[in-house]
Parts: sequence; C-alpha cells; structure tokens
Amino acid sequence: MMRVLLSLVLACLVWAMPAFAQNGPLRIEITEGVIEPLPFAAPDFVSDNAAGAEMGRKIAEVVAADLAGTGLFREIQPDAFISRVTSFSSPVQYADWKAINAQALITGAVTVDSGGKLVVRFRLFDVFAGQELGDGLQLVGTQDGWRRIAHKVADQVYSRITGEAPYFDSRVVFVAESGPKDQRSKRLAIMDYDGANVSYLTDSASIVLAPRFSPDGKRVLYTSYESGFPRIYVMNVGSVQQRVLESQDGQMSFAPRFGPDGQAVVYSVSRGGNTDLYRMDIDSGASTRLTNAPSIETAPSFSPDGDQIVFESDRSGTPQLYIMPASGGEAQRISFGQGRYGTPVWSPRGDLIAFTKQSKGRFHIGVMRTDGSEERLLTASFLDEGPTWSPNGRVIMFTRETQGAQGSASLYSVDITGRNLRQVPTKTGASDPSWSPLQE
Amino acid sequence: MTYLSKTFILCAGLVLAACTNADRFGDSNTVDLNSSGGAGAMAGTAQDPASPVYFQQTIGDRVLFQVDQSNLTSEAQETLDGQAQWLLTNTDYKAVIEGHADEQGTREYNLALGARRANSVQEYLVSKGVAGNRLKVVSYGKERPIELCSNEACYAKNRRAVTVIAAIPSS
Repeated sequence: MMRVLLSLVLACLVWAMPAFAQNGPLRIEITEGVIEPLPFAAPDFVSDNAAGAEMGRKIAEVVAADLAGTGLFREIQPDAFISRVTSFSSPVQYADWKAINAQALITGAVTVDSGGKLVVRFRLFDVFAGQELGDGLQLVGTQDGWRRIAHKVADQVYSRITGEAPYFDSRVVFVAESGPKDQRSKRLAIMDYDGANVSYLTDSASIVLAPRFSPDGKRVLYTSYESGFPRIYVMNVGSVQQRVLESQDGQMSFAPRFGPDGQAVVYSVSRGGNTDLYRMDIDSGASTRLTNAPSIETAPSFSPDGDQIVFESDRSGTPQLYIMPASGGEAQRISFGQGRYGTPVWSPRGDLIAFTKQSKGRFHIGVMRTDGSEERLLTASFLDEGPTWSPNGRVIMFTRETQGAQGSASLYSVDITGRNLRQVPTKTGASDPSWSPLQE
Repeated sequence: MTYLSKTFILCAGLVLAACTNADRFGDSNTVDLNSSGGAGAMAGTAQDPASPVYFQQTIGDRVLFQVDQSNLTSEAQETLDGQAQWLLTNTDYKAVIEGHADEQGTREYNLALGARRANSVQEYLVSKGVAGNRLKVVSYGKERPIELCSNEACYAKNRRAVTVIAAIPSS
C-alpha cells in the first residue's frame, strides 16, 4: 500500500507556493497569544457519480478533521449551510456563506480517470473578501491513497491561511503496546499522523523501543532485544528489511537518531556499566566515540544543520541537557531549572529544543531555546515523555502513560503554544512516537 | 537427583528459549527462571544446594537499589556473597545479570541506569572470584517491572539486578 501511495502525483493547474502574504483578511497569525478558531465550511466534494460522491464526502471529512484538529480552525456543520455546492465551476454564493460566518470555504470535485486514478480538484475561498485564495489545484493519486490526497488538500489550506509550512501529509512510527505492564509486548508500527492506516513492522517476539525516522522518511532506526541484548537496527520502511547496526559482544546500544544528512547516526553505548555517546556512518559502519565520561550520556539529537548535538547527561549529579559540537568536544549545559531533564529533541526549525522534565513527582513536556532560555512546560501528568516534532515545528507528539497496575501508554499531541492537547487515536497502547517529514 | 533435575532444566530451557527469550549465550540451554513462573517449581528443589531453585529462592537471585543508585548496600553484598559462592561451587552454570529501573525516569536514562546496576553486580561477583566470562549483563531499563503499582512500595522492588542462571552446554 505504501508503494502505491508513493505514486501520488501532484499536477498543478497553476502552482503558487503557499506562505504568500495575502493582502486579504483571511489569515491566522499563529504567534498571537489567544486564537479564536477560524470558522470554515468544507462541503462534500462534488462528483458526477455515486462512487465518486462517497469519496468526495470522505475527503471533505478528512480535510475538515485535519484543519479542526489544529485548534486554529472551527468547522461549520453542514446542516447550517444555506448554499449547496453542486458544481465545482459554478460561482460561489458568497452571501450565503457570509450569513453563516464561514470565513473560509473549501470546495472540491472528485473524478476517477480512465486509468482508474483518483483526480481531486479543490478551491479555497476567502468568503468575506469575496475572492478565491490562491489558485485551484488538482491532485492525482491512487484510489487507495485518498486519505493522502485529502491531507494534501488540507495542507494547502493550512499553509495558505497560516503562512506556515504544513504537516498533515505525514506519518508516525511508534511502538504498539499490549498486555500487562510486567509482560508488555511491543511491536513497531507505522500510521498516518492522525492515527489512520496502521501497519505493523515487527511481530511481538522481542521488545522494541524508540523508533526514529530518517530525514527522508524511508528508514527507521530502533532498538530491539532480538539478540537478548538491546541493539540498534535499521529498517527500510517500504521493504521491512532490517539489519543490525551495532552488535559488539559485551555491550548494549540504544537511543539512536539520524543526522540531517541521513548518513550520520548518533547513539548510546553501554559498556562496563558506563554509557557514552558514539557516532556512526551508517553505510560504512565506522564509528567514533563522542563522549568519554563515567557519567550517563544518552538521548542525543542533532541540530537541523548537523553541526551540534543536544543530549542528556547526569555528569552534574542529576540528568540535565547539554549541547556539544557534532564531532564531540566540550559540552555546554543548557538546562538549569528545578528538576531532571531528558530526551531533548531539536526542532526542525532549529530554534527550540523539546524535552522531558521530571519535577516534584510529575512529568512534563517542555520547550526551551537552544541557549536554555525561555523554558515553557506544555504538559503535566503522571508520566509524559519522549517528544517528537511535527515536520513544521508547530506541534509536538509524545507518550503519556497512566499510573498503577492497569497503567497504559498512549500518544498525545500538543501545540508548541501549550494549547490543543489531544490524544492521537490508536487501537492498542502506543508509545515512543517519531514523526516523519512531510511526504513528497 | 542433581543429574536428573539438570536434564529436566535443559529440556525446559529448550522450550523456554524457543518461545520467550532469545538465547543470550549463543546456545539453547538458557533457563530463565525469572521470566517463567512455572519453571521454578520444576527446576530442582530449594533443598538441593546445587539446584538453580536453591540459587533463586534460598540464596536470593536479586539485589535492590536506592533511587538513581547503583552502589551495593551491605544487604545486597551479603546476597551477592552467597551468589558468588554458589557460582564458584557450581561451575557448570553461567549467569546473565539483568539490570532494572523503576518507572520514574525516561526510557533512555533508565536503560543506562539498569546497565550501571547490572555492572555493579558483575564487578562484585568477579571481585569474589567468579570468572568474568561466565557472566553477561543486560539492562531492561523500565521495560520489565515485577511490581505493578505506581508508588515507592513497588518501585523499591523494581530497582533491581537479577542474576539469571543458565546451564553451560556440556559439549
């Protein structure tokens, strides 16, 4: 199925990149303190046959769910509509949409071409300005891939209105969990960012931990106990072929992450009870040691330019965050608040670091600037950990585990403003999410 | 008796290795008494000092740690003295030392902490004369708690290192 999705083709009637500073009023400035969600209408996409109409209804639904899910938009329910959209090309009755306060209107049409491909066209209207926002767009893909097309439509709408890069057409690799806490079985799984289209990449024979996408989204690094000891593996997501990366006898390796070039991998090795950071060239397997201290050094993450690494160390006595050059060398401590800090992850924009913080018996997901300033805690619970960034750096997904014998893990997302905390729907328990880049 | 029970363990080990743990010594003779509730009852008796059950139940196969710590308490050292003595006497067994952490802490940190704990035990046993090549260490971090509640009573039992005995293949 992944394969056919990749055949998705973008054909632009006239392509204009988003983020153009539209002069019209239809614009959400996400930097503002409090946001009143922007009301929009997304009538079922029209079609000239019944099968297409069903597809048109489902696509409009996913587009609306994507937008409303950001907390920045509010969907106007179809039963409030005055105007019916029956044709993609007929003029928009702006007054009818204005009357129900739909500031944005999304219309679309669905057809299946002679080759069986799904062809989706859409338009975005600024109702109060009485004009189209950006140009109409046509997307072509497989019928199975209809959700991806819907996400691409929503990505366009989101970008045109917020001026931000989008993130809906993305995937999440995570650990699917089942069974009681003391015998929990864990499998690698992958799904769309909204929880749809789950497929499993491993069986539950071995404990697997913390999968991490490569920058192109085609490979995943993870830790598995397949050998009886924790070791790092790399898997091709398309073929599900895997190989062990690091298998030296007498040592354990874990907490891997790709560098931005997809070539360098940084990770932890435990040997003789001591855990340090190493860096490996994934193709040659050549590795170099980056830290050499009796303290624990783990959870490394590259800066987006590949020049620096942020990591967790207890060299000061408690776990704190440090930044060092990507080739090793002197590290600067950046976390100075009360509590313990772990699992730092550099944002794709480069300006923020997300982390896990443990303080006064609670866990938090937070962000700080790369110099450690402006720390903000976004969540609080019995156990929140392991943040991962949306491709545009606006949203953070993480693991939340409930307490007690019946405790279980699930995925949540939160805006970097701290608003819009939501559970990501998964059928089983879920932990250790890693968000892919935006799909091509 | 000893021979018979050992044969039984080897058979049980084959079955267990096939369905639960990967075999960490590169052979299929691992007996993981800790991951299998039922095998303990079969693998000899607590009265037989040469049996793994005696090691597990009478000597004690685990030591506990303070929060964030990997140093051995005097109580832990006493247990490990018994473990070392048993391993020196029963030279046809190896051991995997599993380090564990409670659920307070991130996954990565707890893996590293479990490694520290397992290593403390390994170093102590070696200092008492057990050959290093009979011992392996593995960390499970917070992945395998034995007590499920979310308070100190359970956490204290989960911060542990467990010495898991395995028969050395006779070949």
